[in-house]
Amino acid sequence: MSQTIERIETIYKAISELSKLEQNDEIVKTIARLRSILIHLEKKAQKEYCVWDRIQLARHIDRPRAQYYIDRIVEDFIEIHGDRSFSDDRAIIGGIGKIGKHTVTIIAQNKGNNAKENVERNFGMPHPEGYRKALRLMKQAEKFNRPVVCLIDTPGAYCGIGAEERGQGEAIARNIMEMSRLKVPIISGIIGEGGSGGALALGVADRFFMQENTTYSILSPEGFASILWKDSKRAEEAAEKMRMTAKDLLGFEIIDHIIGEPTGGAHKDPQQAAHKVKKYLIEQLDILETKNIEKLVQLRYERFRKYGEFGMAT
Amino acid sequence: MLDNLIKKTKKCDKPITKKRDIPDGIFYQCPKCKKSIYKLDLRQGAGVCPHCNYYYPVSPKNRINITVDKGSFRELDVNVTSVNPLDFPEYEDKIETYKYKTEQNEAVITGRAKIEGRNIIIAVMDSRFMMGSMGSAVGEKITRAIEYATVHKLPLIIFTASGGARMQEGILSLMQMAKTSSALAKHDDAGLLYVVVLTDPTTGGVTASFAMLGDIILAEEGALIGFAGRRVIEQTLKQKLPQDFQSAEFLLDHGMIDSVVKRDEIRTVLDRILRLHSKEDKK
Repeated sequence: MSQTIERIETIYKAISELSKLEQNDEIVKTIARLRSILIHLEKKAQKEYCVWDRIQLARHIDRPRAQYYIDRIVEDFIEIHGDRSFSDDRAIIGGIGKIGKHTVTIIAQNKGNNAKENVERNFGMPHPEGYRKALRLMKQAEKFNRPVVCLIDTPGAYCGIGAEERGQGEAIARNIMEMSRLKVPIISGIIGEGGSGGALALGVADRFFMQENTTYSILSPEGFASILWKDSKRAEEAAEKMRMTAKDLLGFEIIDHIIGEPTGGAHKDPQQAAHKVKKYLIEQLDILETKNIEKLVQLRYERFRKYGEFGMAT
Repeated sequence: MLDNLIKKTKKCDKPITKKRDIPDGIFYQCPKCKKSIYKLDLRQGAGVCPHCNYYYPVSPKNRINITVDKGSFRELDVNVTSVNPLDFPEYEDKIETYKYKTEQNEAVITGRAKIEGRNIIIAVMDSRFMMGSMGSAVGEKITRAIEYATVHKLPLIIFTASGGARMQEGILSLMQMAKTSSALAKHDDAGLLYVVVLTDPTTGGVTASFAMLGDIILAEEGALIGFAGRRVIEQTLKQKLPQDFQSAEFLLDHGMIDSVVKRDEIRTVLDRILRLHSKEDKK
C-alpha cells in the first residue's frame, strides 16, 4: 500500500509544480480533474492502509503541528514559558486561551515542519523541564479552576545526558501521578505520534482522543524491533504486532474517540482537520463542565485502574 | 580434586543464567575479582563478595529474608500471572520458562511483613524474571499492594529492579505506569509513608513511574538507575558515556535520590525511617 500512497504523493507534487509553470483555463480545469481522480484513488487506498502507512502519515513532515491547531482553535492565546527552575523547553508549548466559551490551559508537544523548526523544537522530544513546565501549568489551571487540554505529538521523551541528570524518569512519573488527582477536567489527544512515557506524561485524562492517522505505543516500532529482535530494520513487522493505531487503542478502551481526518491525512486539509478537533473539544468541554469534580477524579482513577489483562495461576 | 569443589561462572548469553541468585556449590568464583568465595560467607554477607564488594542479584525471597522480621512475611496475590493480550508470538512460552526457572509466577513478590515489629507492605521485583519487566500482572500486583497499604493505613516499601515496561504487552504495559502511579497518589493523599529502594537495574517505565515517587528514595550501592538505556543514549549522541553515568552515586550527586545504602545496612535504615514516621512513638 505504501507504494500507491507514495506514487499519489509524487503526482500531487508534480501537479502543483505544473500549476506554477503556466495558468490558463484549460490547465486549471485539467488540474482540478486530476486532483479529483487522485482524491478518489486516495480514498480507495485509505481503505487498505496498513499500520506502516498510518505511521508514515502520523510522522508526515507536513502534518499540522500543535502550533497550527492552537492558532486555529484557541482564541486570545497567551503563551506561558519555563519551568521556573531550569529553562524553557521549546518541545512543549504551554499557555492559556479560549476554546469556544471555555477558558482552558493548553499544553502541547510541538514538532517542526522543517529541519530548522525541528532543531528548535528538538523533534518534539521534551526534556524534564518540559514536563515540569507542563506540571506547573496544570497546577495553575487547578488553582484557577480551568480545564486542561493536552495535545500529544512526540516520538518519546528525549534520551540524553542532561535529560538523565535532571531526572527524566522523575519528571514523567510526577506528571502521571499529579494528573491522576488534578481537580480540573483534562482532555488529552494525539495529533501525530504518541511515543511511550513521553506521551503518557500528558495523557492521564478524563477524555482521550486520537486522530484517525496517529499512533500510540509503548515504544517506536524501530526501538521495539531493536529491543526484541536486535534488529531495528524489522520495524514494519513490529508495527503490525504492536497494535498501535487509533482503532486498536479504541478496542483496548484506552481512547474514547477517533477524530476523522481529511482524505490522505491531516496535512492535505489542515483547516478541516483543525475544525474537527475544535468541534470535539468544545463538545467534551461542554459535557465535562457540568460534572462534579470529585466524581470526575474518581472516574479517572477507575479508568486507569482497570487497564491490563492478567490471569490466575492454579 | 579441589577443582571439583570450585564452581566456575560460565559465560552465557541467556539473561536467566547470567542474572542468577546466590549460587550453589561450596566455593564460588566471583565474576568481578575472580577470587574464590566460601558459600557461607556469601550467604551471610547477603550476596556481597567479601573481597571486592561485588553485589550479586538477590532473589525476592532472599531479599525479604534479609529485610523483614523472621517469619513475618505473608505473601499477597501469589496467583496473579501474565496472559498474552496481544497474541504476541512465543510470549506464553517465555513466561512459562521464567516461571520454571525462578519458581515464581511473576517478576514481583508482594506481601505483608514486619520490620522490628512494625507492620509494612513490601513489594520486591525480580530482575531475573524477564528483566523484571512490567506488564499487566506486575502492574496489577504492585497496584493491589499499594491499595492494600492505603486501606490498612500501612507504610509501603518497594524494592525496584526492572528493565522497564514489558514490550510483549504493548500499550497495556505503558498503562501500568499510570495505574501504579494513580494508586500511589491515593496512598500519598492518605498521608502514608512510601519508601523506595532502587536496586540494580532500575530503568525505563519503572523509573518513569512508581520508582521515582517515594517520599524517601534509597538506592543500593552501585545500582544502575536511569530512564533511557545506556546503549540508546550512546547511539543517539554517538559518544561514549562516563563510567559512573546512571549509577546510584551519580543520581545522589544530581539530587535525584536521598541516600545510597550498602546492602547489609538497608534493614537498619528502613527501620530508622519507619520509626521516625511511626505515630505510636510520638505519643
